[in-house]
Amino acid sequence: MRIFSFNEPLNFMRFKMPALMLSIVLLLSSFGLLFTKGINWGLDFTGGTVIEVGYTQNADLTQVRAILAERGYADAVVQYFGSSQDVAIRIAPREGVEQSRISNEIMAALSETSATPIEMRRIEFVGPSVGDELKEQGGLAMLTALIGILLYVGMRFEWRLSLGAVLALGHDVIITLGLFSLLQLEFDLTVLAAILALIGYSINDTIVVFDRIRESFRKLRDSTPEETVNDAVTSTLNRTVVTSLTTIIVLVVLFYMGGALIHNFATALLFGIAIGTYSSIFVASGIAVQLGLNRDDMLPPPPPEKEGEGTEPLM
Amino acid sequence: MLNQNPLWRYLVVIGVLLLALVYAMPNLYPEDPALNINATRGGVVLESTRQQLEQGFISEGVTPKSVTLENGQLLARFQSAEDQLRARQIAINLLGTVNYVTALNLVPTTPDWLAGIGATPMKLGLDLRGGVHFLMAVDMKAAIDKNINDMVGAFRADLREAKVRYRSVSADVDRGMVQLQLRSAEDVQAARSALGKLDRELVFTDGPAEFSLQVTLSENRLREIREYALEQNITIIRNRVNEIGVAEPLVQRQGADRIIVQLPGVQDPAQAKEILGATATLEFRLVDEQGDLGAALNGRLPPGSGLYYDRSGQPFLLENRVMLTGEHITNASSSYDEYSQPQVNISLDAQGGNLLSNATREAIGRRMATVFIEYKPGEQLQADGTPVLIKQEEVINAATIQARLGRSFRITGIGNPAEAQNLALLLRAGALIAPTQIIEERTIGPSLGQENIDLGMTAIMWGMVVVLIFMVIYYRVFGLIANLALVANLVLIIGFMSMIPGATLTLPGMAGIVLTVGMAVDANVLIFERIREEIAEGRSIQQAIHQGYDRAFATIADSNITTLLVALILFGIGTGPVKGFAITLAIGILTSIFTSVVGTRLLVNLFWGGRRVQSLPM
Repeated sequence: MRIFSFNEPLNFMRFKMPALMLSIVLLLSSFGLLFTKGINWGLDFTGGTVIEVGYTQNADLTQVRAILAERGYADAVVQYFGSSQDVAIRIAPREGVEQSRISNEIMAALSETSATPIEMRRIEFVGPSVGDELKEQGGLAMLTALIGILLYVGMRFEWRLSLGAVLALGHDVIITLGLFSLLQLEFDLTVLAAILALIGYSINDTIVVFDRIRESFRKLRDSTPEETVNDAVTSTLNRTVVTSLTTIIVLVVLFYMGGALIHNFATALLFGIAIGTYSSIFVASGIAVQLGLNRDDMLPPPPPEKEGEGTEPLM
Repeated sequence: MLNQNPLWRYLVVIGVLLLALVYAMPNLYPEDPALNINATRGGVVLESTRQQLEQGFISEGVTPKSVTLENGQLLARFQSAEDQLRARQIAINLLGTVNYVTALNLVPTTPDWLAGIGATPMKLGLDLRGGVHFLMAVDMKAAIDKNINDMVGAFRADLREAKVRYRSVSADVDRGMVQLQLRSAEDVQAARSALGKLDRELVFTDGPAEFSLQVTLSENRLREIREYALEQNITIIRNRVNEIGVAEPLVQRQGADRIIVQLPGVQDPAQAKEILGATATLEFRLVDEQGDLGAALNGRLPPGSGLYYDRSGQPFLLENRVMLTGEHITNASSSYDEYSQPQVNISLDAQGGNLLSNATREAIGRRMATVFIEYKPGEQLQADGTPVLIKQEEVINAATIQARLGRSFRITGIGNPAEAQNLALLLRAGALIAPTQIIEERTIGPSLGQENIDLGMTAIMWGMVVVLIFMVIYYRVFGLIANLALVANLVLIIGFMSMIPGATLTLPGMAGIVLTVGMAVDANVLIFERIREEIAEGRSIQQAIHQGYDRAFATIADSNITTLLVALILFGIGTGPVKGFAITLAIGILTSIFTSVVGTRLLVNLFWGGRRVQSLPM
């Protein structure tokens, strides 16, 4: 079975400009969102306390809020978490009290006032200094990953391709962040991990296409760069789609079955991989072509240690 | 002939798979709910105690699976978590909580032959086991301040001894120095050489005023103080953790001034926090019986004395000289005296014994006050947003010295048994020179941990099933081969996770496995697509297989190195659960290359290699 079977390369590069325009619009709106609405930073980065409490029956949020307000936690954010028997209470970092004790107080207050026994499911407390550090470390990790990839790709590919790959990568990350800003989804450490995994996946996808572009340049001697890129993208299209499909399938499974704690992780990857697939087809190669990629740049320096490349047909 | 492999390659791949399979096997055996019973203070559990307990369990209707002694530690396994909880109560009733610590645990049921070759189940992170994770910060400023303050007294004594006259010696903790005001240039010189001779780690600079001297500590000494404060806290926290009764606690240094504490299976984080968070020390001071308490209350303190209060607000006039500090305490326990009143028995180290002995020689019949000092976070905040710790001093007892005190003595007159017990616990754990504070907490309740495991397992299973079905539909027989690789990949991941000592499975780690399942087929997709293309271009089947694998490999290596790079970065900066994700992702990438490139190639060659094949079933 095959999804696509083409006799001739599809003309992907015809959509190069519209795709780049679309990407620019998406990028600009993502930036707009990030600057206006910002990111809904999770507890890991803001500091504060989250307490998840399990009730044996449906919990009454108004009542929980009232109890908390009585104890001086009027600013607490009280929400259902996963089901209507689970309540997540989030309290912003506050000054002047021993913060690690807030959860003790709240658990005590809630179990005193509840007719049925309640269960402590989860407590997370992050001190403000730790939050700032995690933010710093997270930013650093993202930067290190991008620079590391830039170096690697720069070593392996011609500069136009490298630049295209890294720009496409930044594109995927920024638009995914834009989505998180738009939907105001909570951005915590697991989402950061997802974004980093996305960086890995998205560059992976791009490299597969680029490897083929390089190969096609050598094979198709009389073609224009656009035709060559079209040929490469078309011949890897099946692989791109199949791999994205299997990855998206497992992410959908994770999204629906992984539980509330994994929800945003799965969301980031699902969306990011869709965007990443699009960008490795249109954006990465589009930019490279736009930058003036041509056959002369690809030859002579033969890419180092490419296995199998030197093998002559045996027949 | 093309596409044939030597036998040894098959053997290597089969060997690696078998190895992983064997090491993955312990994960199939469910864990037993169990009790760990340890004797406190370095004691061992005796065989007689073991028998007593076993009978105790049986007579209460809880039949243990086994009750064994190992390294002086008792391990009782049970059929169910219910039995385990009941047995815990029975054990506490029988043995008490003073001499024994009873901890709930889950122990693997790995068969002997597997355990014999070092195969153990995967370590589960706290988000899957349930438990508490604390990150504690040591207040280094307090440690250094204490040193500066101690220097003042020492300098005065040293200068007197060296017959150097001084106007004043005072601490300036904000600037981390001691200020000396002397009377002449010669005295400055003399003080410098006298103090410098005694301690080479002091740094002297001339003060702004005439004949003044500023003394700071060398970088070396400051580092030592910080190291010591951290080490001491780690030791104390280890002791306290043992008091809480946790089966496999982790207390680990992180960076220059932090300590990670992980307590798997702790049911009551609030209590754990109380025990870990409290910092207490004792100072013993003589009561100033001559001084005028009334005048002191009006603000006219007699020289050499200070005003202290007890809990009820009763004032005490105590000498400033400290007879003994809590750091010399080696042990403390609560018991009842001959009048059935609660008391705390205290043992000291040799130096402490000498100090107290000397201090009490001339003081028999006088009263000695025990000052309990606690650090509590106050209203003010430091620059980094953490509250400033406030020193609270409270006289908890003032008892007449009946005899010259030595290395062991007792404090009586403590309000109630609970207070005596609490005090003994804190004292036993030692005395801190630098207080700590919890700056991060992650607690997962036991039921949520199990839920997370179930969710993760379901996600892995369904993800796997859907991908397997898809691959068979899409690539038919070759899909089956890719599926074999995928299953082998899962076995390899679990096997390696179980083998690597530091690898911990977490919820994001399970998500990482799911993701790997989806991404691992990529290598096979690349190869199969390539083979199809080669065939379409008119190559022979054998050529197509050969070229397909060879050409795809360069791309596979290229594209996976970047993901591996990302996984390494994640591992480097991530904490806890995220690290777990990085580990499974990295292992998954490596194993998937192995299974889908090396493994499937062998299979493909085995079935179709070196033969006349008209077409491939894909």
